[in-house]
Amino acid sequence: MTQPVSPPATVQTTVPPRPQTTAAGSGASRDGEQPAIVFEVRDLSVYYGNFRAVREVNLDIRQTEITAFIGPSGCGKSTVLRCFDRMNDLIPGARAEGTLNYHGVPLYGPDVDPVEVRRRIGMVFQKPNPFPKSIYDNVAYGPRLGGTRKRAALDSIVEESLTKAALWDEVKDRLKESALGMSGGQQQRLCIARAIATRPEVVLMDEPCSALDPIATARIEDLMQEIKNEFTIVIVTHNMQQAARVSDATAFFSTEINPESDRRTGLLVEFDRTETIFSNPSDERTENYITGRFG
Amino acid sequence: MTATLTAEPDAIQPDYDIRTSTMSLGRRLRNGLASVFMVGTFIVATIPLAMVSWTVLSKGLSMVGPKFLTEDIPRQYRSVGPGMGPAIVGTIVMTAVASLLAIPLGVLGAIYLSEYGRQKPFARLVRTMADVMTGVPSIVMGLFIFVAFVLPYGQKSGLAGGLALACLMLPIVIRSSEEMLRLVPEDLRAASTALGARRWKTTVSVVLPAALTGITSGAMLAIARAAGETAPLIATAGVVYSANWSISGQNTALSAQIFRNASQPFPGAQARAWGAALTLIVIVFLFTVAARIVANRFSSRTI
Repeated sequence: MTQPVSPPATVQTTVPPRPQTTAAGSGASRDGEQPAIVFEVRDLSVYYGNFRAVREVNLDIRQTEITAFIGPSGCGKSTVLRCFDRMNDLIPGARAEGTLNYHGVPLYGPDVDPVEVRRRIGMVFQKPNPFPKSIYDNVAYGPRLGGTRKRAALDSIVEESLTKAALWDEVKDRLKESALGMSGGQQQRLCIARAIATRPEVVLMDEPCSALDPIATARIEDLMQEIKNEFTIVIVTHNMQQAARVSDATAFFSTEINPESDRRTGLLVEFDRTETIFSNPSDERTENYITGRFG
Repeated sequence: MTATLTAEPDAIQPDYDIRTSTMSLGRRLRNGLASVFMVGTFIVATIPLAMVSWTVLSKGLSMVGPKFLTEDIPRQYRSVGPGMGPAIVGTIVMTAVASLLAIPLGVLGAIYLSEYGRQKPFARLVRTMADVMTGVPSIVMGLFIFVAFVLPYGQKSGLAGGLALACLMLPIVIRSSEEMLRLVPEDLRAASTALGARRWKTTVSVVLPAALTGITSGAMLAIARAAGETAPLIATAGVVYSANWSISGQNTALSAQIFRNASQPFPGAQARAWGAALTLIVIVFLFTVAARIVANRFSSRTI
C-alpha cells in the first residue's frame, strides 16, 4: 500500500484544467508517448429525467493507467463512471448527452449493444455483492456467460482470477463453499476476481473500499497496483489519500447550485496527473478540497 | 430523576449507581404489561389450533386405517365402516392438475411483474387484478369453471375440478412469488448485468435461485389451500364411489366427502367425515414438510 505513485510521464501534458475550453478530440494524438486513450469524454452531461446531474465533463482515460475520480458526495463521479459500462441504462429516465467514445466508437451509438459493452468493461461495486452461490460459481459466472463450458478451462480461469485478486491461497480449499461465508474484504476481492474473470479491458470501481477496514483496503490497493499492467482501472473514491496512493491521473469533481432547481449539479473542476492535482492544482476549488478547506 | 442535576458534588451521584433504574415506574410497568400481553395472546392463538387438532385426532383416529385409505366409498350414507380411497385419489389428481397449471404460470407471471413489468401500467393492472382475485370467494371460481368448461362439455370431471382449483391458486402463487422475487437485492441484479448478462439470464441464474425457497413455500401454501377447498369442487368435479385416476370422468375429493358425509344424520357417515378430515390434514402436513425439506436442500446447494 506504500507503493510509490507510478513515475510521471516523460512529458507532462496536462489535459486543459478548465474542461469547458477543451476542443473535442484534442487529446487524442497530441502525445505519442502517452498510453492510448480508452475513453474519450467530451462535453458529457448526464440527466435523470429533466434534472441534469452532471454537466459537460471532459477527460481522457488512458490504457493501463489508474484514473481516480474524487470529490464530495453528489458531485456525479459515480454517475459518470456508470456511463462507461452503460449501467445508467437501468435507471428509468437516465440519459447521457455529449461524446463518450470507447476506442473511437461512440459508446451510446445506435449499433452498440450495452450487453457487449459490459462484457468488455467490468465493474466492482461499493458494497461487496457476491452471488449467493459457491466461490467457484461466482468467479465462473462471467466466463460461463461467454460460452466457456469446459471444466478444465473454467478451472484455470477461476484459479487465475482468484490468484490475481490475491484470494487464491485463502480459498483454494473451499471453492465449493458459499461466498456469503467470507469476510467483507474477501467478498470484495472475490467481486474483483469475478469482474476480471471475463478478461475485460477496463475495470470500473465504484468506491470499492468504502465498506472495508484499513487492512482490507490496503490489500485491494496492492491488488490494483498488481493488475494495472493488464487492465485500465477507473476508481471512484471518497478517500483522497487513496487516490494519491494508487492513481496516475485524477479527476476532481464538485457541485454547483443549479439555477433551475434546488438540487445540485455536478461538474468536473480539474483533470490532471495525480502528482499535479495533489501538489500543484491549478484550480482554487481543487486546492481547497485537497487541503481540507472545502466549503 | 430530577435530583441528578442538583445533587451535591460530594454525595454519591445517583447517575453513577448502576443498580438503580433510571427508567420511570410507568415505563417499566408498560414494558411488563406488554410482555404479559404478548405471551397471553400467543397462548390464546394456540387454543383453537390445539382444539381443532385434538378434536379431529380423537374423532378421526379410530376410523383411519389401511382399509379406510384404500377401500371404495360406500354408496349408502347410513352404512358403517371404511372407505375413502377414491376421495384421496381425487384430491391427489385434482390438486396435481391445479399445481401443474397454476405454479409454472404463476411463477412466470411473477417474473414478469417483478423483473420486466415493474411499475408499467399493464403490470400494475395485473397486480391489482391478482390482488382482487385472491379475495374472490372460491365458489365463484367453481361457478366460472362450471359455466366456462363443464356446461360446454356437458360433464363434470376431475379436469374441471383441477381447473377450478388452478384459478384459485394462480393469484396466490403470482403474488407470493412476486414478493419473494422483490426481496432479492438489487445489487445482485446489478452485479449480473455488469458481467454482461441479459435480463432473462440474470433472472434464471441469479434471481430465481435466490428466491427459490420463498417461492416454494408460497406455492406450498397455495397447494394446501387448494387441497382443502370444497365449494369449487362440488360445482365442477361431481362424485364417484370408486377410484378414478384419470382427469376425465367425474371425481371426488376428501374435502367434498367431508362436506357430504358430515351433513348426514347417520353416525357412520359422520365418522367417515372425521376420518377424511384427519386424512386431509395429514396429507397437507406431510406435503408442507416435504416441500420445506426440498426447498432447504435446494437453497443450501445453490448458496
